[in-house]
Amino acid sequence: MTEIKKIAVIGSGVMGMGIAAHCANAGFQVDLLDIVPDGATDRDVVANDAIKKALKTDPAPFMHKSRAKYVTPGNLEDHMDRLADTDWIIEVIIERADIKQDLYRKLAAVAKPDAIISSNTSTIPLSILTDRMDKDRAARFAITHFFNPPRYMPLLELVTTDATDPAVRESLRSVCDVALGKKVIDCKDTPGFIGNRLGTLWIQVATNAAEDHGLTIEESDALAGRHFGIPSTGIFKLMDLVGLDLGPYVSKSLYDNVNQGDMFREEYRESKLLEGMIAEGYTGRKGKGGWYRLRREGSAKIKEVKDLKTGEYRPVERATGAALDASKKGARAVFEAGDTLATAAWEYMSKYFIYAADHALEIANSIFDVDEAMKTGYGFKWGPFELMDEVGAQWIADKLREEGRSVPALLDAVGAGTFYKIEDGERFYMRADGSYTQVVRPDGVLLLSDIKLRSEPVMKNGSASVWDIGDGVLCFEFTSRANSLDDGTMAMLNKVITTIEKGDDYKALVIHNEGKNFSVGANIGLMLFAANIAAWPQIQANMKAGQDAYMKLRLGNFPVVSAPAGIAVGGGCEILMHSDAVQAHAETYTGLVEVGVGVLPGWGGTKEMIRRHLGNKRAPRGPMPALVKAFELIGTGQVAKSALEAQRDFRIINEDDSITFNKERVLFDAKQRALGMVEGYQPPEEETFRLPGATGRAAVDMALHEFHMKGLASDYDVHVGREVAMVLTGGDTDVTEELTERDLLKLEQKHFIALAKQPKTLARLEHMLNTNKPLRN
Amino acid sequence: MPVTDAYNAPVKDMKFVLHELWDASELSTYEGYEDASPEVIDAMLEEAAKFMKNELLPLNQTGDREGCTLENGVVRTPTGFKEAYDKYCENGFTSLSTDPKYGGTGLPHTVEFMVQEMVVSTNMAFGMYPGLSHGCYNAIYLHGSEEQKDQYLPKLNTGEWSGTMCLTEPHCGTDLGMIKTKAEPKGDGSFAISGQKIFISAGEHDLTENIVHLVLAKLPDAPEGVKGISLFLVPKFIPNAQNQPGERNGVRCNAIEEKMGIHGNATCQLFFDGAIGWMVGQPNKGLSAMFTMMNAARLGVGMQGLGIGELAFQSAFDYAKDRGQGRSLSGTKSPDQPADSILVHPDVRRMLLRMKANNEGGRAMAAWIALNIDKSLKHADPEVREQADDFVQLMTPIIKSYMTDAGSEAANLGVQTMGGHGYIEEWGMEQLVRDARIAQIYEGTNGIQALDLAGRKLGAHFGRYLRSFFHPVSSFIEENAMNPDAGEFIGDLAKSFGWLQQATGQIAQSGLKDPEEVGAASSDYLRLFALTALAFLWCQMALKAKEAIKEGRGDAAFYEAKIKTARFFYKRMLPEAQAMFKMIGAGKETIMALDEDDFSIAA
Repeated sequence: MTEIKKIAVIGSGVMGMGIAAHCANAGFQVDLLDIVPDGATDRDVVANDAIKKALKTDPAPFMHKSRAKYVTPGNLEDHMDRLADTDWIIEVIIERADIKQDLYRKLAAVAKPDAIISSNTSTIPLSILTDRMDKDRAARFAITHFFNPPRYMPLLELVTTDATDPAVRESLRSVCDVALGKKVIDCKDTPGFIGNRLGTLWIQVATNAAEDHGLTIEESDALAGRHFGIPSTGIFKLMDLVGLDLGPYVSKSLYDNVNQGDMFREEYRESKLLEGMIAEGYTGRKGKGGWYRLRREGSAKIKEVKDLKTGEYRPVERATGAALDASKKGARAVFEAGDTLATAAWEYMSKYFIYAADHALEIANSIFDVDEAMKTGYGFKWGPFELMDEVGAQWIADKLREEGRSVPALLDAVGAGTFYKIEDGERFYMRADGSYTQVVRPDGVLLLSDIKLRSEPVMKNGSASVWDIGDGVLCFEFTSRANSLDDGTMAMLNKVITTIEKGDDYKALVIHNEGKNFSVGANIGLMLFAANIAAWPQIQANMKAGQDAYMKLRLGNFPVVSAPAGIAVGGGCEILMHSDAVQAHAETYTGLVEVGVGVLPGWGGTKEMIRRHLGNKRAPRGPMPALVKAFELIGTGQVAKSALEAQRDFRIINEDDSITFNKERVLFDAKQRALGMVEGYQPPEEETFRLPGATGRAAVDMALHEFHMKGLASDYDVHVGREVAMVLTGGDTDVTEELTERDLLKLEQKHFIALAKQPKTLARLEHMLNTNKPLRN
Repeated sequence: MPVTDAYNAPVKDMKFVLHELWDASELSTYEGYEDASPEVIDAMLEEAAKFMKNELLPLNQTGDREGCTLENGVVRTPTGFKEAYDKYCENGFTSLSTDPKYGGTGLPHTVEFMVQEMVVSTNMAFGMYPGLSHGCYNAIYLHGSEEQKDQYLPKLNTGEWSGTMCLTEPHCGTDLGMIKTKAEPKGDGSFAISGQKIFISAGEHDLTENIVHLVLAKLPDAPEGVKGISLFLVPKFIPNAQNQPGERNGVRCNAIEEKMGIHGNATCQLFFDGAIGWMVGQPNKGLSAMFTMMNAARLGVGMQGLGIGELAFQSAFDYAKDRGQGRSLSGTKSPDQPADSILVHPDVRRMLLRMKANNEGGRAMAAWIALNIDKSLKHADPEVREQADDFVQLMTPIIKSYMTDAGSEAANLGVQTMGGHGYIEEWGMEQLVRDARIAQIYEGTNGIQALDLAGRKLGAHFGRYLRSFFHPVSSFIEENAMNPDAGEFIGDLAKSFGWLQQATGQIAQSGLKDPEEVGAASSDYLRLFALTALAFLWCQMALKAKEAIKEGRGDAAFYEAKIKTARFFYKRMLPEAQAMFKMIGAGKETIMALDEDDFSIAA
């Protein structure tokens, strides 16, 4: 197996640049080569511009600005020699087989014999790409199909054939899965692989149904909703998000490549309306708008949508109908609702089911792989087979028979059973012959959802559960809405801490969950209610309970490893800061955002931020630089846009912590980290600080004043900033006095409560709860 | 001669709450209220006091005895009502707080509240005629079209026309989603209204030349339930081009109710038979339009409780001080008389003091709310306006429910104080029991008020309405923790406030899981809330009184009495708060434990 250390990306378009940036994110040195435009003075201009543009793109392709240095720009005329020591060359150029084949010949001439070459093509079969390629080269060639944007989309389709060297496949799988963190799905060499094949069909039949049944866009999008496990983007919003100009191209290429008689060829339609929109620059969210657009009228923004009948924009209306009313009861209730929407939904979803069932085993190794690909590629809750289980496979088959339609073999095989079943805590999926195969996770993948199938929680309450994840390690899972933290969370933390400390059964704790967000922080609804009824002692008691629990995590005599993924803000960030180690997923977005709701971090976050920045050996000496940095981070409520940023710039994640790129590997890595710390574990000692007090605040005040003058901070921002500064500078102290962590925690309580009494803080909290957006008052 | 003739409007106490407890001079700083100086307000109160006593009080007992009569679809009000009504209008009492743009006087609502108390005390049944017109005015003012406003508001202001609210139907009162009255569009912008309405106060009478009915009805394609209700304006006589009563509309009164009290007010069954009406506000949004009316009406009903309570107190006291029976338990007090006045008896005092403490505390609360209504409408700062409105929203069910309970209790205590004479019609006290009773029922029963508080107001905006009460009380307790003048009260206030906080938290939490817990706690919670609010007010009133005595201003005896009443409230009434707290804590279990059969098993 080739160990991949050095990567080259050929082609620096949006996808090529994105792939290069993501390889850099993972710590690889990457060469990014593109053509030399005619008459260019800077012969690397294409790649150079791509990197510059990537640094300005939002969402950012790079996890940290410094990662751009890992990408070395170059061109295909002067820098082919750089490819001589490259382990993996990824081709991301124009989708034309002849040009690609030509490039491969040039690459083969310079690449080392054991280098792997892969293409990011989404439309050209592997067999064509390797046509006329020499046999050894072809054995070291594959398709690695990333989805856009490569950093953020977890799906990677790995296409190989029997001609591919198995070791090459394993090298690619390993680097894509472990290092780049992708969900690698093996695909057979068929048109559109899995994601584009089924996804394009699905969008086509859904838009056809909208047209044929006279559905509005709003109705179509509402109809393709949560009841089918589809995210709120529905169909048309999804197209807007992906980009309208891409769709026709992918559809056409699929049409050209699938066999005669394929359902897609029957369903394929070219849309004049869509062509017109693209021509006018309505290419979706990246353009002027798409199926939806925002029209400004004075200061008001009016949300508009294309009327499919007139082709004109009109204000968005709320979709209603029996099928939508029934949607809370699930997918089948939608089909059975009896109105036009229900008819349309069944019409296109049944085609999607049939298409998936007819082609699953021709395009993938298993229905499981099909489902996993559709879930990771489109953000669906269920893949097509899981969804058929939800609806009832037999019900679907019966309905098809009733309508005189043919029933696919797989649906026939499943009969009255289900595509998936759970036995003895293990999950199985059905094979073509109706037998079942157990779902096996790759080495290094540990999922809490699997553990939950196998076992009962060690302890639980309404806010949290604790699971035994083996080898004496417990996993603490938040279970409240949006994983917000409340007194129940703290009670459960205290209980698990006591259990580990007092007993012999457990030796380490991992804090992890598989929710969309690690934690949105304290339950501010409860907080606001308590503040509204002036229950100050209760708020103070809750603060103290949180501080005490977090300090016990920090100082307890066993290792605590937090393993976040997604959003970890406020109290969810503070718990990271009080863990002995953090094993973060690369896409962890953490920060102390409390000022946004008019309070300050009060579960030790303010204390930790100053402690951590005082401990920064690379920063200038003395408390002031640390103070200014901590103030900047808390005072502006910044959130790190990656785990790397949280580590490098925020110091929320420790320097010696490592980052896991594959979400499914986070828990395993965290557990290993914890076990590695158990032997001879020494808890940290509580630290003491010397802080400048009033003299430090003077500097902060000046900064606040400047922000205020520039209009960057409101009067109330200044007020909140001053309270934050009171804690960060140690209150009424000076550098001769030594303060403990507990002293700072008390200061947090005092100034937090002072803020919680302010009507403007309460208005911010209410606004956040109502709109999920901060209020600047 | 009825005992109620002794009544004099408590103008002195009104001035105390307006100018000493609160600062009504702030009103004149609001745009539009520049003329409402304390002097103007006081003069208005004095004038109203005289008018009500001279014109309305004499008709109270006669109106009750005579009642209303229905003949050939025409309702005749009791003798003297029409003359009194004309004078009432001439004196501008129908338009005290309404918009000058439509002929109103534009005084603050605070003044209107105080005058309302006097109207109710002197003649509750009479007061309902102009009272309903006022509700009708508000609904058209806030939701009507410009044309509707121009056409109807000036007539309502002068009192030439009166108004009604037509909600209840034979099969539904509280649950208005079930109404059957229909509104068919006629194609010319008007609607044909058909259906039956019952319990319509002032639905038909001889006081005005026209009556403007506001009717809840359903459009042909209306959604089910409360989301399908629209509001229509249906005049008894359709105004002609000169805006004079023209063609008789298809609305008829076919019966008036024989009822327990408020006999001077006509409670009508109305039949709408294709009556022509016009929509007020938006289609299917009638309930929210009606609720603006309803909220104002609920506050008005609260004031009825206070008005009856004050009348009962004054009358009972007047009787008690002159009624000699037996001797004082501590020895003879009036040796020259055959017996001591019954005022010497602790239990008689207990009854009178409960009435007095509730009345004066209630008046302070009413003024507090009224000032916030004005603030919510007129203050320059939108944040202050919102806060004031939050407070009014929060306190509306409390003032409606607690004060009507207190008014009813006062009327009964008044009867009790008078012994057998209280039970005799001629003395006029039993009428108050009958009149007061309805206030606990209409405009949403007191049970509904409690649900509104605990189920809706408590959780609204994550408890934001609560803030408008809890924050000032919390700060007050903190600020006065070391104040020696407050020392005798502040501990008990803090305790009661603490129970209220705890109960609020409990209800918020248990209510999330089980709404029945909220229902089970609601009435006791409302009472705990009201008692805590009164405790807050009594402590402040006592502090103001102590301050006045120290500074040697005003009538020392008035202030001494205030302080003594405050002490009575704290020692003899506030302890009920603890019982309420305990009952709330008991949850729904014992309330829900009985099966239907368990209720009837004993008979």
